[in-house]
Parts: sequence; C-alpha cells; structure tokens
Amino acid sequence: MTAKDEIKKSFLASIWFMFLTFPIMVIRVNTVTDTVEWRWYNMALVGIGAFLLSMLWRYLLKRQADGSKKEKTQGPGRVQQLLQKKEFFLPGIILLGCFTLLFPHVFSMYQTNIMISALIYVMLGLGLNIVIGLAGLLDLGYVAFFAVGAYSYALLNFHYGLVFWIALPLGGLLAALFGILLGYPVLRLRGDYLAIVTLGFGEIIRLVLQNWNDFSFGPSGIANIPKPGLPGMDLSLQGSTIFIFYIIVALVIFTIFVINRLENSRIGRAWIAMKDDEIACQAMGINKAKTKLRAFALGAMWAGMGGVVFAAKTTFINPASFTIWESVIILCTVVLGGMGSIAGVMSGALLLILLPEYLRDFGQFRMITFGTVLVLMMVFRPGGMIENVRKTYKFEKK
Amino acid sequence: MLLIESSRGDGLFYCLSPLLLFTVPGIPGQDRQQSRIYMDFDFEYFGLLFLGGLTRGSIYALIALGYTMVYGIIGLINFAHGEIYMIGAFTGLIIASVLTMAGFPTLAVAILAGMAAIVYSCAYGVTMERIAYKPLRNAPRLSALISAIGMSLFLQNYVLLAQTSDFLPFPSLIPDFEFWEPYAHILTSPELVIIITTVVVMILLTLLIQFTKIGKAMRATSQDKMMAALLGINVDRVISVTFIVGSATAAIGGILIASHIGQINFYMGFIAGIKAFVAAVLGGIGSIPGAVLGALVLGWTESFFTGYISSDYEDVFAFLFLVVILIFRPSGILGRSETKKV
Repeated sequence: MTAKDEIKKSFLASIWFMFLTFPIMVIRVNTVTDTVEWRWYNMALVGIGAFLLSMLWRYLLKRQADGSKKEKTQGPGRVQQLLQKKEFFLPGIILLGCFTLLFPHVFSMYQTNIMISALIYVMLGLGLNIVIGLAGLLDLGYVAFFAVGAYSYALLNFHYGLVFWIALPLGGLLAALFGILLGYPVLRLRGDYLAIVTLGFGEIIRLVLQNWNDFSFGPSGIANIPKPGLPGMDLSLQGSTIFIFYIIVALVIFTIFVINRLENSRIGRAWIAMKDDEIACQAMGINKAKTKLRAFALGAMWAGMGGVVFAAKTTFINPASFTIWESVIILCTVVLGGMGSIAGVMSGALLLILLPEYLRDFGQFRMITFGTVLVLMMVFRPGGMIENVRKTYKFEKK
Repeated sequence: MLLIESSRGDGLFYCLSPLLLFTVPGIPGQDRQQSRIYMDFDFEYFGLLFLGGLTRGSIYALIALGYTMVYGIIGLINFAHGEIYMIGAFTGLIIASVLTMAGFPTLAVAILAGMAAIVYSCAYGVTMERIAYKPLRNAPRLSALISAIGMSLFLQNYVLLAQTSDFLPFPSLIPDFEFWEPYAHILTSPELVIIITTVVVMILLTLLIQFTKIGKAMRATSQDKMMAALLGINVDRVISVTFIVGSATAAIGGILIASHIGQINFYMGFIAGIKAFVAAVLGGIGSIPGAVLGALVLGWTESFFTGYISSDYEDVFAFLFLVVILIFRPSGILGRSETKKV
C-alpha cells in the first residue's frame, strides 16, 4: 500500500470521526438558559487526533498480523527470564522488601494511605485472577465479595464488638460462602451468561445493602469502624496507618504465596485445564462442579479479607463504594497486567491505582482511560503486560 | 393451564408463574387508587398496571432486539448496546434543543431530531463494531466480552466528559393528541405512541428479515458464518447491517423513553441495557419474537411487582428474574437449546 492511500484512508477516518462526535463534542445545550455553546475547537482536535490515531491503529494491526504469521516464539518473555535468573531475583526481592519495610517511615501519611489502597487492589486483583486467569470464569460481580467482607467486619463489630483479627478470617470465610452460594446455581452456565449473572449478583448485593435499612443502615452506611490494634498497643492515627500498611503487606505476601502454590497444585492444573476445554477436562476425570466452586470460593475469600482491611482503613463504609464499576476496575487490573500471571496482576493493579492518584489533574479521565485500556489490551495484547507463560514441554529429536 | 400442556410448557410456566401470584384476589392496591372495587379486586388498577407494563415492555423490546440480533449473528453479548441507546437519546435532545431555538415548528423538530438520533446511533454502532469487535472476531469469547465492557465504559464517560453528569430535561416531543383525550386517563398519548411505534418496528423488522435479500443473508450468517461466506455472502457487511438495525431500534427506544420520562443522563443506558438483556435472555437470545415476548413478560412482571408488592426492590427483582431463568431454562422461552459437540 502506498503512502498516498494511507493518508487518504486516515483522512476519511478523520472526517468520519468529526461527523460522529459532532453533536456530543461540539454542541452543548444549556437547558436552563436556553443557550447553545458551540465548541468548534473540539472538532479540530477530534479531526487531528483521529487522523493520527487511525494511522497508528492500522500500523499496529498490520504489525500484529505480520507477527502472527511468523513462528511464535515459545518460552518465557523478557520479564520472566529476568525473574527466573537467580542473580537478579534474590537482590530484587531483598531490595523490594527493604523498600516496603521503610516505605511508611520515609514517605508521608498521604502516600502510605494511597499505597494501602493500591495494595488492597493488588489483593483483589490476585483473588480475581484465580477466577478469571486460572479458571477462565468471567466474574463481573467480584466487588460483591469485597462488600461482604467489609460489611461483615462493620456489622460484627457494631453488634458483637468483634475485633479485627477475628473478623479478618471470618470475613474471608463469609465471602467464600457467598462465592459458593453464587457459584452453585451458575455452574451450568456458559462463559458470557456467567458474566451477566455475576454482574446481576453484584448489583443485588449492593441494592440489598442500600435498601435494607434495618440490617445495613442503608445508603448512610456505617461509621466509626475501629482500626486494628493489638492488646497493649495504643496507636496514634499515624501509627495505626503504618500498622494497617504492614498488615496489608503481610496479607499480599500471604496471597502471593498461596496462589503460587495453588497454581501448580492439582486444583490449579484442573482450573487451567477447565479454562482450555471443559469437555476434555471432564473426560480426564475432573469434577467440573467441584473445581468451579473451589475457584469461586477461593477467589472470593481474598476479596472478603480485602474488604475487612478496607473497612478498617476507611473506618466508614456505605454501599456506594461497591458499585459494578469497582468490579470493572479490578477486572481492568487483571486484564492489563496479564491474566494468570501473578507479577502481571500486581504491576497492573499498582499502575492503575497509583497513576490516577499522582496524575490528579487527569482524575476525570480515569474511567474513560480504563475503558480504552480494556479495548486496546484485548485487541493488541490479550495476554497483558506481563504475559503468563504456560509450562511447555518440547520434544527434541536427537 | 393450556400453556402448561404445550410443548414449550415448562419454560412458559416458570416464567409466568410469578404472574399467577398476582392474580390472586385480595392483594390490596386499593389504598393507592381510589376507584370502584369489584369483588375485592381492583380491575382499573390492574388495567393501569397492565398498560404500564405494556409500555415498559415495548421499550425493553426495542432495546432487546439489538442484543438478540447481534448475539444471533456473532454470538457476542454487546455490552455497549445500552450506551448506543443513551447516545441516541442525547443526540435527539441536542438536535431538538438547537432546532427549537432556531424556531422550527414542533413536528419538524420531532422528526428531524428523531432522524438525527437514529443516524448517529447507527454510526456509533458501526464504528464500535469496527474498532472493538471486528479485530476480535476469531478471538476467544471472553476477549470480545471484555472489549465490549471496555467500550461501554468508554462511551459512558465520553458522554459524561463531553456533556454533563447532571440530569438533562428532555423536551416532550410527542404532543397530546386531541382525539385520544377521552382515553388519556388510562393510557397517555406518549404511551400510545410508544406501543404503536414498537408494533410498527416489529412488523418492519420481520419483513426485513423474512423477505429481503439482506434478511436472508442475515439468517444464513447466523446459521453458519463460514458456509455463508463460501456462498458469496459478504459477512462483514451483514454484521455491519445487523449493528445498524440494532442501533436504530435502540435509538428509537431511547428517544421515546426520554420524551416519555422527561429527563436523561449519561448513566441511563446501563440499567436499561441490562434489563433489555434480561428480556432477550428470557425470550431466548438469538430469537427475535423471543426478545419481544421476553420484553413484554419482563415489563408486565415488573409493573405488577412494583404495583402490588414493593418498588424499593424493582431492580433487584429484574436481576433475580434473570438468575432464575438462567438456572431453570438457560435457552429462554423460544430459544433452541444448544448442545455442544466435541
């Protein structure tokens, strides 16, 4: 294709997008004063942007098509290779460990708080990774389990005065129970139906929390949830924040450890097999129902524990924190990072939660970026930033 | 009870059994509506709820058609379909306001705004397909679904950023007809227009699919994409046309509901989209008469539920309904059950 054709195509695309975005981007009607604001500069922006982006878009698509024609390079990618080398891995871990240990003492309270939220999302991402990345079940109601965890701590504390340390495993267990409750009826459903039913489930939980005033105090939420402590420990506000930071760090490490072990266990391999082909998997003697339920329960458990930490951190929860879009953000972290890969999900979560915090000026563009990221990742790099590498065995002729 | 004995009986029974509950006499509705009471059962209130449900169901049907057609052809749940409906309503509002300020007569405003909404919705539908779904046609189903969710998020926030997050008042494009005056207390003129439009759209759509060349191509593509392509059908074009038709019906639904309710915001597409999806699944996704039937059943059950029991849990009810249908009859009322072959 000649350069002239390319320019012509991009030019047409830019005209098309100028037409497409005309009413919504250019005209703004003020219905109170009955005036119309014409924003022609937006049209110019769209035109230039569409021209350049359509060039880039076609170039990337072409490169992808060329890439898939070539022999696919098997074996781990660059990051994995780096992680597998002992001489990089050990010092890396030690450096990272020192950094996390010192983090709350070096940086301000504000930074620590942001980091706690990001780490909660890391935990949620890792939990969802079990359900989506390993078992291949698209769960759009994941935030419901997060809500279950948060509310179980808040309510148990309110009514029975349970402390954080008892609520933490209890919240995880309750969420796992809800995972089974949800999983049981949807066992027979295919992938895309499953997504919608889980979405419905997530919304049901939120709407019930919002409407059932006697149980959950409705939209006004629950305030004054105590922060975690230990007997004989009297913490200031700053101290308790640092304490929560260490708790969540410990929990994340625990999560990584468990998931890492799960991945290579019998269940983990059953999940991966089920993701690839359910029927073949059943033919190999794997109990589909049990395997799926385990994925739901184990995935939900982390969300429940994350919820308990979230409630303890913010000391106030209400149903507005648990909307469907929260599930989509968690999904986005998993997709961006790389489904199935622990390092990928972690970096995805840190990137997606930390970047918008530091780029406050772009805060309003946060959700639109998430949407774009989902589409672009699926089109150009379905494996995510750090692709999960499956174990492969190569038969080499002698 | 005839329904139960028919071949599709069990599915219908499951779906209609909630309706049977409502016909039990003695459930009070009288305190809301002071009117004549026949034998403990308020027929006028019942009739109002029935017609309200019919209106609601008609709107759901218009949106559900897009879901079911796209699913029938490419097997994708087009998550962003509700957003197309929202964009239709927004375009309609913007064009209508501009034209009104320019001094056009009401009828011209209504027609031009309606046409603009349809054209723009179709344009968005086609563009969306080209960007987010076409490159993923051979990818796993999960990828296309995630891409659709991303598209939905993108379009919502695009309208939020470019326009406003507030509710915008929508002008009533449908006038009150004089000849309908005597019946207006039962069914308002806009509601009448909604029902009639839905019926007309359904008839046109059936004609399109059954008797035109492109309709034949659509049916062929939905049966077997590969074979259709071998027989010289331009599959890409068929898919584009499907998106155009689906978006057009969604836009019609968008303007009708917006001028009926009187306000819109960027978030209106999401819940409407989910409900229309419930309707499509209820009727059997992929089946066009199924979508209409499912939408009507959902509209009525919702209307009776809110009228007789409680309006707090209206949305919970729709979701529960979906879960129950999918558990007992995943293929819907009119859907074919799909057996997977190895």
